[in-house]
Amino acid sequence: MVEATRLTATGRSLMLDVPGWGGNLAGQHADVRLTAPDGYQAVRSYSIASADDGDRLEIAVDRLPDGEVSPFLVDAIEVGDQVEIRGPLGGWFVWRPEEIEPVLLIGGGSGVVPLMAMVRAHEAAGSPAPFHLVYSVRSPDDAFFAEELAGATGVDVTWIYTRRAPSDWPRPAGRLAATDLQALESSGGQTPSVFVCGPTGFVEAVADTLVAIGHDPARIKTERFGGA
Amino acid sequence: MTSHLDGNVLAGALSELTGSDPTDTMSQCLGCHDVAPLAAELVYGNPDAWVVRCRHCDDVLLVVVHHDTATVVTLDGVRWWTELD
Repeated sequence: MVEATRLTATGRSLMLDVPGWGGNLAGQHADVRLTAPDGYQAVRSYSIASADDGDRLEIAVDRLPDGEVSPFLVDAIEVGDQVEIRGPLGGWFVWRPEEIEPVLLIGGGSGVVPLMAMVRAHEAAGSPAPFHLVYSVRSPDDAFFAEELAGATGVDVTWIYTRRAPSDWPRPAGRLAATDLQALESSGGQTPSVFVCGPTGFVEAVADTLVAIGHDPARIKTERFGGA
Repeated sequence: MTSHLDGNVLAGALSELTGSDPTDTMSQCLGCHDVAPLAAELVYGNPDAWVVRCRHCDDVLLVVVHHDTATVVTLDGVRWWTELD
């Protein structure tokens, strides 16, 4: 681990230097394995926030209260420490720069991490594909990468605050609803490819809503995460 | 873990066995004949023992169990399984 940045009160970004990694696609994940002094091992999957061809990768982790691995990654691991990494993993929940159709990204909480890799890959490639990110967070304090997203080019970002919105925010705090997604619909033309990532309940509610408002289920890719 | 995940979480464990990415592998459910990529199927359990259920009919498609020295995969609920190029 070569660098760590606090993202929120419970979230941290870790930059890992992995000789021979050789890069990864946007949306892929890595398995992190920790081994305790007594030999006990725990493996968890984390999405990769970076997407390039180098030997460094960035993972962003949210601490879960009952987690076995995430508290260590958020609070304990220090620059210079080593962990075991397996990856890059997954070839389905990925966006490739040669894809030029419109893309709708919908992230809940730390589910934004693989979508951030897609936003970065899209920007780095100067891709002409229309990109729209819908990012659902409890409050402004819970957002990962807010500053970077504010300055990102080539992507429209819609913020959904579920519990507390900024004081001057036009939309009252509340869960992502069909009306929020329909509002996007009217501003676009072609039906987009959709990537949804977040906690299981979020992902399934969003996917059901998308189908209900007319999206083709075959063009919706989902990735769920749980306790880790 | 109280809830289910999806087949994306099996990418690491299964790629060690097959040598390739399993998440875009298509399979057909023996029970309802639904065809889907592994990534879209529902996965229950924990990293020591996963049960993969059909996204459509909830039948068990496959089971992945890790022992100290081996990983055992049973594919009893899968009619066919194929990798796409």
